[in-house]
Amino acid sequence: MSHDVSSRFAWIRTLLWLVRRELWEHPAVYLAPAAVAVFASLAQFASSLSTGDGRRDATLAGAEGSVPFAVHYQISIGVLVITSLLVGALYCLEALQGERRDRSILFWKSMPVSDLQTVLSKLAIPALVMPMVVLTLAVSMNLLMVALQSLAWIMTGYDPRELWSRLDLVWLWAALCYGLPFIALWYAPLWGWLLLVSAWARRAALLWALAPFAAFLIMEHMVLAHSHIHWALERWLGGGVIQPYTIGGDGRSWIDGPADLQPWRLPTLPQLWVGLAAAALLIVLSVRVRRARAPN
Amino acid sequence: MTVIRALGLRKTYGGTVALDGIDLEIGEGRIVGLLGPNGAGKSTALQAILGLTPHEGELRVLGRDPWRERGPLMQDVCFIADVALLPRWMKVRQTLDYMSGVHPRFDRSRAEALLARTSVRLGARIRELSKGMVTQLHLALIMAVDAKLLVLDEPTLGLDLLYRKRFFDTLLGDYVDQVRTIVVSTHDLYEVQNILTDVVVLDRGRVALSATVEEMEARFAELTVTPDRQEAAQALGPLSARTAFGRTVMIFDRVDRERLSALGEVRTPGLHDLFLGLMARRPAEESAA
Repeated sequence: MSHDVSSRFAWIRTLLWLVRRELWEHPAVYLAPAAVAVFASLAQFASSLSTGDGRRDATLAGAEGSVPFAVHYQISIGVLVITSLLVGALYCLEALQGERRDRSILFWKSMPVSDLQTVLSKLAIPALVMPMVVLTLAVSMNLLMVALQSLAWIMTGYDPRELWSRLDLVWLWAALCYGLPFIALWYAPLWGWLLLVSAWARRAALLWALAPFAAFLIMEHMVLAHSHIHWALERWLGGGVIQPYTIGGDGRSWIDGPADLQPWRLPTLPQLWVGLAAAALLIVLSVRVRRARAPN
Repeated sequence: MTVIRALGLRKTYGGTVALDGIDLEIGEGRIVGLLGPNGAGKSTALQAILGLTPHEGELRVLGRDPWRERGPLMQDVCFIADVALLPRWMKVRQTLDYMSGVHPRFDRSRAEALLARTSVRLGARIRELSKGMVTQLHLALIMAVDAKLLVLDEPTLGLDLLYRKRFFDTLLGDYVDQVRTIVVSTHDLYEVQNILTDVVVLDRGRVALSATVEEMEARFAELTVTPDRQEAAQALGPLSARTAFGRTVMIFDRVDRERLSALGEVRTPGLHDLFLGLMARRPAEESAA
């Protein structure tokens, strides 16, 4: 029993080291979103300095059609999430191909680390690490944005307390915490597919990842003359954001406050579970392919 | 204890037979040289032993099936499968951190002590190191692991003479003991001939020779004959003959040494000459077949 517990502990400890190894090799996993966060903060600062007094006055007065101050904050978080999804996809395409290209796979395979542990550590980057990176960066970025925008208001003769009273950052962050786990699970089949292609393709992983879908869609349109799969695919691609962040997942109106959150609805979506089953299958296949693959 | 046991080990790539049913048994503490010409199947055999490739036939390494249990097997097995294959993006210090993290039998202080004798700095990136230095680093990492089996597949390929000699000197001086088993495939026969206890020669996917060094010394003899006795020596059926400085040097397999010494000077052949002698037999076999 105690042996069982200690070996399980060792298994997880190894996994943590593998994840750390991934971050050593791919600092872009956090540097790219961090760069976006810094850029967004500076852009926000520049915009606060240059926003015409009229526009700001109108918003402060609550005039019709005026832009709420929180909008930039929401957009910057959205950009951060999309960046992390793109970086995660590029990371997955490289994750199992790079080690064969530079033959370092022979070194990794000389370690007492199973192929399952290796693939899981690579899956953990987009599915676990990137959501945590996004949350950390979003909070830091928003705080930096408030600081810079307050500075801009002071420099242009406005009272920053007016800004603070109109920003509900805690709600933004709570909404992010609400959506991030769902996003990570929803796109799990994407990570699984990209990892499988990366384990299998000798080169041009991006091409191999997209080609089957492109071929399928062209066939659907030309031969079957309908676009059911096209639309299903498109709904799925947007679903990770639309399901948690539009009211009832309808894709029409964005949620606007805690009352619109439906945490019980998300885990009951059948698409989510179909996706997770597909992801599990793709991961098992990736493990098998990685085990059998020799260096390029 | 048997460390490696192979029975009818076979591997084909498409239509090409890389290993054609190999039987092999390697015991604890043996230092085995796996020799053979290019394409003989040495690397394939080592890959199967390391669990890097599936195979037909029976194969057990330290009692495990390497293909199904590579992860746990690697706690007791170390290998260098090729020179200079450490990840180029890594820093030297990171390789130590990583191995301390994932390898339960890795002794970091030992690796650091071994590295201190080289010019490899802990802060350097592997891509900044020369091929010889990468090999020194890899050897230090591996020698710091308390493994039962060490597999080296052409570990010194492409290194200059100095690094090659240093590699085997370090291995011999600090690693070889009575318990550890080493299987090494190399063309550096001069460097390894004094450390081997066993020699396995592969040729076209089959075992051409498998013997201990003592057996080989008893079996093979090298005779240097003068031209006038050459015909008599030829009649005894040498494996190979080469002429240098007016004398002919022949290698014999299982020919009584007393009969040979009547014809000239008899010695035990070096591994290098013996290997060439064994390979010299090949065209004759092929034309006979």
